Amino acid sequence: MRIGVMICHCGNNIAATVDVEAVAAAAREFPDVVFATDHMYACSDPGQKTLEQTIRDLKLDGVVVASCSPRMHEVTFRRAVERAGLNRYMFEMANIREHVAWISLDRKRNTEKATDLVRMAVEKLRHDRPLTPKSFDVQKRVLIVGGGVAGIQAALDCADGGLDVVLVERKASIGGLMSQFDKTFPTIDCSVCVLGPKMVDAGQNPRITLHALSEVDEVSGYVGNFEVKIKKHATYVDWSKCTGCGACQEKCPSKKVPDAFNENVSLTTAIGIPFPQAIPKRATINAAYCLKLTKGKCGACEKVCPTGAIAYDMTDEVVTEKVGAIIVATGIDLFDHRKCGEYGAGRYPDVVTSIAYERMLSASGPTAGHIKRPSDGREPKTVVFISCVGSRDRSLNRPYCSGFCCMYTAKQAILTRDHIPDSRAYVFYMDIRANGKGYEEFVRRAQEEYGVEYVRGRVAQIHPDPETGKLIVRGADTLLGRQVEVAADLVVLAVGAEASHGAPELAEKLRISYDAYGFFMESHPKLRPVETNTVGVFLAGACQGPKDIPASVAQASAAAGKVLGLLSKDKLESDPQIAQVAANRCIGCGKCERTCPFGAIRMRELRDGSKRAEVVETVCQGCGICSVTCPVRAIQLQNFTDSQLLAEVNALCRTWDETTES
Amino acid sequence: MTATLGYYPGCSQTGTAAEYDISTRACMAALGIESADVPDWTCCGSTPAHTVDHFLAGALAARNLTQARKAGFSRVATPCPSCLSALRTADARLAEPAYKAEVERLLGHPAPEHVDAVSTMQAIWEQAGAEGVRAHVKKPLTGLRVACYYGCILNRPPDLMAFDDPENPVVMDELLRACGAEIVDFPFKTECCGAAFAMPKLNIMTRLSGRILDMARKCGADCVAVACPLCQMNLDLRQGQVNAATGNDLRLPVPYFTQLMALALGLPDESVRLDKLVRPLEPALEAARARASKPAAGGVAPKEAKTCA
Repeated sequence: MRIGVMICHCGNNIAATVDVEAVAAAAREFPDVVFATDHMYACSDPGQKTLEQTIRDLKLDGVVVASCSPRMHEVTFRRAVERAGLNRYMFEMANIREHVAWISLDRKRNTEKATDLVRMAVEKLRHDRPLTPKSFDVQKRVLIVGGGVAGIQAALDCADGGLDVVLVERKASIGGLMSQFDKTFPTIDCSVCVLGPKMVDAGQNPRITLHALSEVDEVSGYVGNFEVKIKKHATYVDWSKCTGCGACQEKCPSKKVPDAFNENVSLTTAIGIPFPQAIPKRATINAAYCLKLTKGKCGACEKVCPTGAIAYDMTDEVVTEKVGAIIVATGIDLFDHRKCGEYGAGRYPDVVTSIAYERMLSASGPTAGHIKRPSDGREPKTVVFISCVGSRDRSLNRPYCSGFCCMYTAKQAILTRDHIPDSRAYVFYMDIRANGKGYEEFVRRAQEEYGVEYVRGRVAQIHPDPETGKLIVRGADTLLGRQVEVAADLVVLAVGAEASHGAPELAEKLRISYDAYGFFMESHPKLRPVETNTVGVFLAGACQGPKDIPASVAQASAAAGKVLGLLSKDKLESDPQIAQVAANRCIGCGKCERTCPFGAIRMRELRDGSKRAEVVETVCQGCGICSVTCPVRAIQLQNFTDSQLLAEVNALCRTWDETTES
Repeated sequence: MTATLGYYPGCSQTGTAAEYDISTRACMAALGIESADVPDWTCCGSTPAHTVDHFLAGALAARNLTQARKAGFSRVATPCPSCLSALRTADARLAEPAYKAEVERLLGHPAPEHVDAVSTMQAIWEQAGAEGVRAHVKKPLTGLRVACYYGCILNRPPDLMAFDDPENPVVMDELLRACGAEIVDFPFKTECCGAAFAMPKLNIMTRLSGRILDMARKCGADCVAVACPLCQMNLDLRQGQVNAATGNDLRLPVPYFTQLMALALGLPDESVRLDKLVRPLEPALEAARARASKPAAGGVAPKEAKTCA
């Protein structure tokens, strides 16, 4: 075998703390190595050209490149090797940047470790065999999880590009948080007026199948061929018959149901449509409050429904959808201010969250757009806004900035002054973060044109004044260096973003990563912002991190673009690095079948009645669990066989022997 | 049976706050909570020590924890929040090797094993609870409107004290409610009273304590129940100074919560020691009796009348 080795300087990234020339010189002495050199940037065009030319000139059988993490450039070099006529799996990479150069300044020992890693890679390569990927058909359909503005945008873009879309929404209507907003910054245009047409489009597009009040239950398969089980929660109304007339809602006698869409500021009925623009515009029964379902009596809605759509005996249902790609757009939840004892922990009715205030501002909200304080229905004359509630607060394990609260607070303060001209609006803030197009100008307008009083400082305590019924907001004015107290009629807490409840569980089902706060991890923070590390699963919107509407929509279109690109191919190539059974060794014990997390192994019965394991190639993910479970080493993971791994271990141990002897 | 709970009175309990010590011991005994004094206890270090030297503060507190350990106590209860803070801080910081080494050098002997220092309020709450108290009440405080004032350090910092809600503590409320008192919705439960500033800068104390007393008045309280000797001194002994500074004419009794409990448990006068209060409690008790004798006289129930929101 004829092996070539290239040691990369990576500019100074590696060369500063590793003697790359010495590593190349050492590599020349390794068995089968006929050529070893160093290069300033192995990944550069000249670097790749040198590699290709050397393979051709010296008739090499395989190549080792010692450079960065395989996650950076493995694909680059495999392609280069392939262009020079070799099989792409006759290539090994030694990571001497992240694993060596970046973690120690000891040049001598770094050089030794780099040499060891190269020796291991050479030994592995000596045991490598050419592998050939197979191609398989793809499902030209995409699943979108979450029907907020990001999910809707991604669905419309995918459908527009000719894909069939399955859109799954947890709530009874799509629209997400944006459908609850009154106005949007910095244009103060009506939120549901701009979102509504998109919701209608998503509801009417023949390519989009909408599953509302549904959740992803189980995901199996792989890119191109995912199989998704979707749990459709019982609505107790046959939506194929329901016309959305609303007669049931008028007659329902259970009228003391907290209205979740209005953030429980008002009450609604046990059956109904969440809001006027809801898509699908279909009624749903809230089982916890329905008299028929809880006490077995009533049935008013059944009597009044003109189409006989009421179905009290409905149960949850699971449907299965096959898709080629998945876009996750599950959005965010807002911080629960009951964790903040200093703001009353939810004990004071006139301390409300920003989203509840948004509903109070909305013409279709609980107060028909007239701002009234919850305790007595009076119009507040002094409204205090507190920013960074559950953002930038390490004591609450929310050290991150939610990014949009400064802006919506400015908007709500402007709207307050607009609705109640003789009111005063105060904003307690830490810093104003207004780094979007037109954002800084918008905050300036709040301050200068609308006279909103900005106080730089935190609020330490809110307490009611027993005599006046006002809320005393006590805080610091750090610009004046003194304490301030404002007697407020209403306090609005700018609650920050946190990961949607159930996000980690969904991530586990999708086999994607999430961070310490439950936000889904992109594949690369700068260069692969909508991809995940699971091929075929993409991210859109705030589920990846707090985002405002423009950013969510942009990311949704980006994710849709990625999916359209992926599914534009009729066939995809499978990774040949999967498990393979040596039938002559297999004893048919079935341990591998039981241990495989993907269901990729099945037992095949032979004519003599004995059994052999068999790998379903398109389902195997190449994790290697079966390989270590097999008692007779009959299952081997291709390109990571026992002989390949042992060759590496032997190479490493041999080096240790030499070191200890010298 | 020998007591497993050590009792650490703290210096003020032997002087200015003797009535706190007496009523606490009496209540615990009446509720069947056994305890024995930490033998040969000394000052915890209090504020002066830690403002000068953190190691000295640690050593003074650790000496008392050592005494407790020697007597076989792994748990020590003290009525004084300042002592509690000193004992818990030292106990927590002894986990740091460098701190422990310096404290041991000052002590001249190895630092004590972990001791769980708690407030006597916590001990009463955990060992008797509201139900236990209710079962022993003989003279319920019916009609007495009480503002429960916990002070700023009894439950804080929350990570260190690890008891009750740091912003809205409720244990004293529950204990006195079990005694039959009517607890007003008091928003200043954990406000600072000005503490030791009464000496170097009186106007800070009069402003802060004035605010607390005024809020208690606004809430319709007959008295302010306290759990801290220093708070008690500022609010009661210095109430005249507060009135002079704020222009108010408040006459609010400021008993220790244990004195109110002792009253409800029907303990004798020498276990309650109301005579130690500067502002006499009697007018408050009188108002309560008047209220209790004609419940409907006030019109709406006081709780609704004084709802803050």
